[in-house]
Amino acid sequence: MGREFLEGNEAIARGAMKAKCDFFAGYPITPASSILHYMLELVPQIGGTAIQAEDEIASMGFCIAAAMAGRRVLTATSGPGISLYSENVGLAIMGETPMVIVNIQRQGPATGSATKGAEGDIQFTRWVTSGGLPIIALSPATVGEAYELTYRAFNLAEQYRTPVFVLANKETGVTKESVDLDAIKLPPLIERKRAVPGKEYLPHYFNKLTEVPPISNFGGNHIARFTTSTHDKTAYLTTNPAIIQEMIDHYTAKIDEAADDMALVKKDLEEGAETLIVSYGIISRSAAVAVKDVRSRGGEISSLVIQTLWPVPKMALTEAMKGVKKVIVPEMNMGQYLLEIERLAPPGVKVIGVNKMNTSLVSPREILQKGGLL
Amino acid sequence: MSTTEYTTYMTDKIGPLPFCPGCGHHMLIKALDKALVKLQLDPMKVVVVTDIGCIGLSDRYFITNAFHGLHGRAITYACGLKLARPDLTVIALKGDGGCGIGGTHLLNVARRNIGITLIVANNFNYGMTGGQHSVTTPTGGVTSTTPWGNVEGPMDLCGTAVAAGAAWVYRSTVFDKELPDFIAQAIEQPGFAMLDIWELCTAYYSPRNKIKKKELYDLIESYGFQLGLLVNKPRPEYRVHYRDAYEAGKSVIKRKPTIDKKYSNNVGKQTGIVIAGSAGQKIKSTATLFAEASIFSGLDATQKDDYPITVMTGHSLAEIIVSPERIDYTAIDSPDYFIVISEDGLKRARPRIEKLPETCTLYAEESLELPETKAKIVRLPLNETAKKVGRLSIAVVALAAVLAETGLFPIEAFETAISTFQKAKIAEINVKAAEAGVELVST
Repeated sequence: MGREFLEGNEAIARGAMKAKCDFFAGYPITPASSILHYMLELVPQIGGTAIQAEDEIASMGFCIAAAMAGRRVLTATSGPGISLYSENVGLAIMGETPMVIVNIQRQGPATGSATKGAEGDIQFTRWVTSGGLPIIALSPATVGEAYELTYRAFNLAEQYRTPVFVLANKETGVTKESVDLDAIKLPPLIERKRAVPGKEYLPHYFNKLTEVPPISNFGGNHIARFTTSTHDKTAYLTTNPAIIQEMIDHYTAKIDEAADDMALVKKDLEEGAETLIVSYGIISRSAAVAVKDVRSRGGEISSLVIQTLWPVPKMALTEAMKGVKKVIVPEMNMGQYLLEIERLAPPGVKVIGVNKMNTSLVSPREILQKGGLL
Repeated sequence: MSTTEYTTYMTDKIGPLPFCPGCGHHMLIKALDKALVKLQLDPMKVVVVTDIGCIGLSDRYFITNAFHGLHGRAITYACGLKLARPDLTVIALKGDGGCGIGGTHLLNVARRNIGITLIVANNFNYGMTGGQHSVTTPTGGVTSTTPWGNVEGPMDLCGTAVAAGAAWVYRSTVFDKELPDFIAQAIEQPGFAMLDIWELCTAYYSPRNKIKKKELYDLIESYGFQLGLLVNKPRPEYRVHYRDAYEAGKSVIKRKPTIDKKYSNNVGKQTGIVIAGSAGQKIKSTATLFAEASIFSGLDATQKDDYPITVMTGHSLAEIIVSPERIDYTAIDSPDYFIVISEDGLKRARPRIEKLPETCTLYAEESLELPETKAKIVRLPLNETAKKVGRLSIAVVALAAVLAETGLFPIEAFETAISTFQKAKIAEINVKAAEAGVELVST
């Protein structure tokens, strides 16, 4: 291929298609609607189905069921839509459903500013549903990353049998950039582990808690069962506290204990630097400009850009924070990922949030100013 | 395909059905079992879908596949399964409560004609949560939330489904001897089929309202409702219709060409350009062509737009950044070039224009009254020129003029972008408009 001038939403759709997505359901919402438009055009070209559902709840219902019937599934919305997805996200976690959910964040709360960017859904994504079990969320900073991380989100969803969020921003979703998608290196496609035909099928079978159960799709080689209720490995309802705890431990361990394996970060660490900027999404690009500025003035500074926001890439963060005196966390919200950094920062390290939620980007200058780097 | 003859589709592996003594659900589930026996379907290819409510306890008593989801959403899961795997037989069981909370799904599955079978166990109240009133509770009916009698009117589920376009609708009670046959008929329908089956909740509604078999039929009569097959108007199932529509329309799909470097440029640093005009002046699409032209010239580019949610009214503003290096920060805090071509654009951009630095050049339609600004001002007869070359090409005229004056990259690159990405007829007009723009600054 060659260079194209694309918005992030189109790159997300193309990334999904590259990941062999063959089912999409969504409901229009600014600034995510163009993903729905692209998918409605692209998915039938490979024999799949893409549908505009009657609302966000139906979108998720269609998607979860289609995923359990073997489809590779995408849905896309913005913050208000995620509120309506919430209960079904819990169902997807409970049923160990591989699927990808895109959130093109906009200024909230409530209707907020439909056409303006923000990153106010960071902790909302982490705690998106009742029960509060771990989820996976990836945050792209560029149009190219929107493509790459959507593709990778499918891999993670299939590998860990869980819903995976692509947590983008209006500022990446509908900003156009020049990009050559084919020049982006992608890992091999991962497909869900399938249950062995002819053998008894337990929909949630595992030996070790971290093990991801093989799946048998509805209409496949086994009788399949799926339930929203507290269940055992057979997907039959249970009230046995020991079994309930074991299942909860399984859902938790399979994600949390793989946090460092799935961690995607961009390290730009300088030996001896006392300041570290931890950033993600579109604001990591403001951070990059700030870092260049500091270095151009002879200063030392490190940067860690986090792509896998959830689960928190603990090892990478802990390593990056070793020996630093100050960590600066710029965000387009009132200080959400800051909480994670504060939690992990070694004693004595000063953690400074650079926070803004007025629909405009946190600028490199604001990072330099509030971070005390001028 | 299995050669086993199935005498039942129920399993006793997890014990007897869990319903209260005398509950209509026993009879309904038995009727569904008989229908499945009649059809002799492969259990591997059948999914019983339920949600929350007493009837939602039943899916696991079948030897078929079972999907048990959130309250009121059984139809959405059933549709998802059917859309994903049209070869499956998908049967959704719901209560009247689920038809309330998930009412929109009932309307939409009927309208779309997705080939699932919906069986409603309609017993006028929420049994699972303690007998609260539902959308089908008769007026005057006593429930735990209507202690003095229901003051709301009941919803006619069949009438609602029919109004929404359901292809096959059947109303009956669990006492109906023909029920298994009609469930089998419903399952055999290629499109959406619904059975609204009235029954008794012996835990709550029946004792509180002294309703038994006779009173149930009296109630139906008092509504003037017909029993039996109410609608049988087959039409193409959704997925069939979807494939046909795609096959008929797919020829319009086009691939956008890619952009290879063809020209050189004179851009030494990240450069921000803002163009402000009115909706309908092709601001966004022209800005895209300009950015694409910069990519033809070996530059990196970004574009953001600002416009109201309506079309053809109010302002339209585009921000383009071009740079010899990878662009990190995509906002333009201090524009290098600012173009304002209409009153709407000026109104929107006024606060920014007032703050423009002296390093910025402001290109303005000559008739506009500009606010005080430190920017260098270049007035251009954009409206007049656009009147000659085409009203919709005013943004092309403006950006071509800026390009000719600044020499950021060759005007040929802009013309190449126009002819690459626009339809021949429009491209012809816009190439002329670009030439007219160049003329404006060369004289």
